[in-house]
Amino acid sequence: MSNRLELATVEWRRVSPKQIGVELVGTLISALVLVTVGVFVLVVIESDLGWAIIGGSVVLHGIMAIFAARRVRSIGYQLREDDLVFRRGIMWQRIVAVPYGRMQLVDITRGPVARALGLAELKLVTAAAVTAVTIPGLVSEDAEELRDRLVELAESRRAGL
Amino acid sequence: MTQAVRAAEQLTDGNWHRLHPATPLLKGGIALLAIAGAIIANLREALIESFFGGPREEDPVSLLYRNGLLGWALLIALAFVLLFVLGFYVSWRMHEFRVTEDVVEVRSGILFRTHRKGRLDRVQGINIMRPLVPRLFGAAKLEVNVAEQNANVQLSYLRSRDADALRRRILGLASGKRSEALVEGGDAATARAVPGAGAGEGLPPVHPGDSGPAAARLIEERAREFLAPELDPDAAPPESVVTIPLGRLAGSIALSGFTIVLALVLFVGVPIVVATGAYWVLLPVLPGLVGSVGFYVNRIVKSLRFSIAGTPDGIRVGYGLLSTSNDTLPPGRIHAVEVLQPLLWRSTGWWTIRITRASNSSTPGAAGQANTTLLPVGTKEDVTRVLGLVLPEFVGETSTALLLTGILGRGEDGDGFVNAPRRGRVLRPFSWRRTGFAMDSNALLLRSGAVWRHLVIVPHARLQSIALRQGPLERRLGVNRIQAHTVVGPVDTELGIVDRETSVRLFEDLAVSAATSGRIDRSHRWAAAAEPEVEVESERESERESERGPLLEDSTVVEREDVR
Repeated sequence: MSNRLELATVEWRRVSPKQIGVELVGTLISALVLVTVGVFVLVVIESDLGWAIIGGSVVLHGIMAIFAARRVRSIGYQLREDDLVFRRGIMWQRIVAVPYGRMQLVDITRGPVARALGLAELKLVTAAAVTAVTIPGLVSEDAEELRDRLVELAESRRAGL
Repeated sequence: MTQAVRAAEQLTDGNWHRLHPATPLLKGGIALLAIAGAIIANLREALIESFFGGPREEDPVSLLYRNGLLGWALLIALAFVLLFVLGFYVSWRMHEFRVTEDVVEVRSGILFRTHRKGRLDRVQGINIMRPLVPRLFGAAKLEVNVAEQNANVQLSYLRSRDADALRRRILGLASGKRSEALVEGGDAATARAVPGAGAGEGLPPVHPGDSGPAAARLIEERAREFLAPELDPDAAPPESVVTIPLGRLAGSIALSGFTIVLALVLFVGVPIVVATGAYWVLLPVLPGLVGSVGFYVNRIVKSLRFSIAGTPDGIRVGYGLLSTSNDTLPPGRIHAVEVLQPLLWRSTGWWTIRITRASNSSTPGAAGQANTTLLPVGTKEDVTRVLGLVLPEFVGETSTALLLTGILGRGEDGDGFVNAPRRGRVLRPFSWRRTGFAMDSNALLLRSGAVWRHLVIVPHARLQSIALRQGPLERRLGVNRIQAHTVVGPVDTELGIVDRETSVRLFEDLAVSAATSGRIDRSHRWAAAAEPEVEVESERESERESERGPLLEDSTVVEREDVR
């Protein structure tokens, strides 16, 4: 693992472990949908393909569930002097740096499961669509605090496009 | 103060103004005239036949004539024409625009009102287009390109002679220059131009009296406008930094991918068809072949008279022989530049330049390409001259040398670029040597491609964010991908292979320079640099922050209301 992407200078802030719950519920729902499709194929169409769908989806989602904790642990962010850095991913890693002066919009969204667990998702938008930085699994109060802080930082460093 | 400048000042006084009176006719009336022409032509045939007693067919006109209903028919036609004229008149009355200190607004529509508003500090460029027919009428279309997709504000049509001056005024307002300075500047500019007396606005005025009747004078004026040079002599240095000889233009189009397809069809497809005798295959292909002639002619005619020149308010790009287009891009509006060479152009040493902008004109650019092409075809000297205009801070001997290795270099060690490590060759077997980057204090240069050679330049001040990515295979090889995020555009700003440690260093450097350049950069109010910084966004916008914290208001507001 010596070739992993890592920024030596950054002490990553992790998101709440409760986010694992959100991920697990999401995995469960998508597994249930696929299993329903499989049962439908078995009962209505009477094809053995249904077993393959059920088996495949159970195995796939099982793996996803096992890695949920690691996936959540891989999410990190940090506010540096001039920019926010964000990273996520185990196999496919991505690290993004967004200068404060470039943020156009800071958005908070809460899904139903996340709301039940008291979590929120923070989305950063710049003029570039590819930036795509979404920090999930923030405790609601933290998310609001972070949003206010980012808005303030962005206001003080605003520049043109 | 010339007439045009005075007119432009009047148009930007913050009140609502109407457009060119011929606007509705130019927008939709041509089709109506064509229909009327067809009906009249039909009628004339019927008349001729009735005189010469040819074989009479039961066409609608003669039927009406025989039943004595011709009068009624004419009356109904007249009513229709009146209705159309009235409709045109009302739509012209309802179509208004205004330019204030901060915004340019257009409202139009009779039943469905549309209201469009573009903020001047978000202006990405102003394009003046003169399609052939409106050009004959002395009308021009002015399009203000505002950041964000589909947010352009169109003023169609204006009087040709006002359009240039109006553009200068709007750019002046957008540049943040104080308005007194603006008036003086405009005056000085025109005063300089009059002794030049080249053509267009600078021509000696037509003396009333010695020019015969008004109609003749009108025609003369039209002709002068039509023949006037594309670049307004008082606003731009008269000569373009690049000229494209006709031969090169034709050659560049002949050496395009389309030609290869055409050659394949002609020299491989046709012999096969002849040999097998299956001539019916040609039937669907033939119209395409005939159409391709039109394609070539169209591309050449559109690219003729290409010019690019620097002005105080940005770069002017003009082209077109019959229908002309003339775009001004203020400084700091270009987010990424790509110099590239299609394979077939390698032997002739030609290059083309594409750019990414936050907003593009809606009409296609020179040579029918997307409007993102800044230089349709040019030699490497042309490329350096154009880049000097586009990135004024990126000139000088070292920068030029870097640029030339960027486009021509084969990727030897120590050529100024940091190239991909040898272990990355699995990912790009041919071009790994040329896959590299160089960083200057103002811009990032990304070089790639061995067969199709590319060089991408991203100014630090326009960087939106930076991303590092790594997949499983790349991790095994110890390499990364790095992407400089810019606004959406045709230029791909990702570098496929970078050594892992180098990429982390580059990432950190870029993050720092993006933040600092962004702070220093003042090009969104490019002429206001010397004046105390004016906060463009006022408090009233921050008040609107609620759950969603909008840092920016939308640049364009489109409102639609149903009046019925």
